[in-house]
Amino acid sequence: MANKILVFIEQRDGQIKKSSLEAAKVASDFATKLSGSAEALTIGNEISNLNSLGGYGIGKVTHLKNSDLANYSPSAYTELITKFVNDNGFDILFFGNTSLGKDLAPRLSAKIDAGLAMDCTALNFENGEIIATRPVYAGKAMADLKITSIKKIFSLRPNVFNPGTASGNKAEINLVNVEAPNLNVKVTDIKKAEGKLDVAEADIIVSGGRGLKGPEHFHLVEELASVLGAATGASRAAVDAGWRPHGEQVGQTGKTVSPTLYIALGISGAIQHLAGMRSSKYIVAINKDKDAPIFQVADYGIVGDLFEVVPVLTEEIKKIKS
Amino acid sequence: MKIAVCVSHVPDTAAKINIGSDGKTIDPNGVTYVVNPYDEFAIEEALKTKEKLGGETVAISLGSDANKETLRKALAMGIDNAVLLKDGGYRDSLSVAKALADEIKAQGAELVFFGKQSVDYDNSAVGQITAELLGYNCVSVAVSFALDGNKITCEREIEGGKEIVETTLPALITAQKGLNEPRYASLKGIMAAKKKEIAEKSPAAATNFTEVIAMKRPPSKQAGKILGSDATVVPELVRLLREEAKVI
Ligand SMILES: Cc1cc2nc3c(=O)[nH]c(=O)nc-3n(C[C@H](O)[C@H](O)[C@H](O)COP(=O)(O)OP(=O)(O)OC[C@H]3O[C@@H](n4cnc5c(N)ncnc54)[C@H](O)[C@@H]3O)c2cc1C
Ligand SMILES: Nc1ncnc2c1ncn2[C@@H]1O[C@H](COP(=O)(O)O)[C@@H](O)[C@H]1O
Repeated sequence: MANKILVFIEQRDGQIKKSSLEAAKVASDFATKLSGSAEALTIGNEISNLNSLGGYGIGKVTHLKNSDLANYSPSAYTELITKFVNDNGFDILFFGNTSLGKDLAPRLSAKIDAGLAMDCTALNFENGEIIATRPVYAGKAMADLKITSIKKIFSLRPNVFNPGTASGNKAEINLVNVEAPNLNVKVTDIKKAEGKLDVAEADIIVSGGRGLKGPEHFHLVEELASVLGAATGASRAAVDAGWRPHGEQVGQTGKTVSPTLYIALGISGAIQHLAGMRSSKYIVAINKDKDAPIFQVADYGIVGDLFEVVPVLTEEIKKIKS
Repeated sequence: MKIAVCVSHVPDTAAKINIGSDGKTIDPNGVTYVVNPYDEFAIEEALKTKEKLGGETVAISLGSDANKETLRKALAMGIDNAVLLKDGGYRDSLSVAKALADEIKAQGAELVFFGKQSVDYDNSAVGQITAELLGYNCVSVAVSFALDGNKITCEREIEGGKEIVETTLPALITAQKGLNEPRYASLKGIMAAKKKEIAEKSPAAATNFTEVIAMKRPPSKQAGKILGSDATVVPELVRLLREEAKVI
């Protein structure tokens, strides 16, 4: 079998997403293991630094360009990728499991009749086959999945696969201007949450729960996040009380996150909350109840009053950062 | 207009999950099953749309007899009709979507609501696949939905913001928390739902493209160190984060 591998490179505002670099590295590693080849495909208008994908083992990147494609369009992107995959005979596709990847990968699976493994957190190579591990039941179990169809699609959880440092190699860019894309489904505008880092993309998250007692105390969460360059998150209790926006909710019915550091302030650690953050690399909990379940997953805990501890923590970190 | 909503029947989010003796599925003993939380938003949006524009609503679920419980809940909330696509075995996203797409076509539904994700397999895939199989326009992870004549405007949640998405019917929308507040079933609704017939159909045989070869417990996380009970241990915490964890 040829094992032609394609990685889809996502751009926002013309910048390559970090999750795409992670996927690019995985794609080129599997190309080596399967004695195949890996190429990249991206869609958009102006996109910077595409040749840098060479540093992650990608030899050639095709850029399908049109000013109407600067923003995501599910219909246009699906049609263009389907055609590209069919014309060039790719068998294995990799996506980052971002909001865009989650939308797009399943559509491709329908279009090219490919088995699908979404939100993979590990890929192993056993007896010449890729075995995908993915969390199910909100991370309460892990499923090992084998794709049995010839065409295969893997979507990779962001922040889990380490792309390493880039080599100095440069990828060849194949620029293709596309005419009149299918804009049946079209993004007409993007409303950005002003200046805010999203929990799904952050390396460090500081989250607050009901222990904060009210929206007027969330400045404690924000100040700590700000000195750490972190995103702010919340428990569902804080979101349902109207203290924090929906977009900040971490957990089973919020966002699944796997940052390097997760700091939980006044969060009890209900099973649904743990489901969304237990795969964080390091977890810190500050809670005045020593029996709070959050301590069962925390690497470091302080059993104390957050109103006393958090300002000191913020000051201490400010000191070392300056 | 005919409006369809697809609902899955999943373990309660508070359920403890144990691995079954086959090592490939979960042990259903002691697990309560409920309507998939996101599908409640889908049901609510279907009901709201019907209240505004008229038409007929149908809930569809693929699974075993147990799924009737979830279909009854949809009926109790106010959905007009329910169809169970009866099939007990494993089906991957593509195979579920094929069965649902066939039924949506048979129903002649022009507008379809899904949840954004089933909290069992957590794929976030079946809605988008079904839409592509039907050739319907699709917006996933919608936190708002407006239909004006033939034109649909949705907001869709993305990292750090929202996309405003425009499309037209026929369409399939997948629901995210924030789309609406699902209503509670009234007592009258619950009584009426008990008497309603749930149509049973056999979907086309499964054609799976994936196979679960093992189901395992997640790697257990060791409870870590409790450093102390007040702000005096903060310097120690900061030191550990810098020197041991190397994360700040
Ligand atoms: C279907 C379903 C889905 C759900 N999905 C989610 C989800 O996605 N995300 C989520 O988070 N939850 C979810 N939940 C809710 C979950 O069950 C909990 O109710 C919720 O996580 C509790 O939030 P909390 O920890 O902020 O509040 P609480 O459980 O009330 O905990 C507050 C904590 O603050 C501590 N505290 C109080 N004062 C102080 C102080 N001064 N200093 C230090 N600590 C203090 C207390 O000891 C306590 O542990 C879901 C529930 C259901 C039924
Ligand atoms: N067995 C099923 N029967 C009916 N609808 C389903 C089924 N499985 C998934 N769905 C729908 O597809 C959505 C996404 O599911 P998933 O892709 O499995 O995360 C769910 O929220 C449901 O609306």
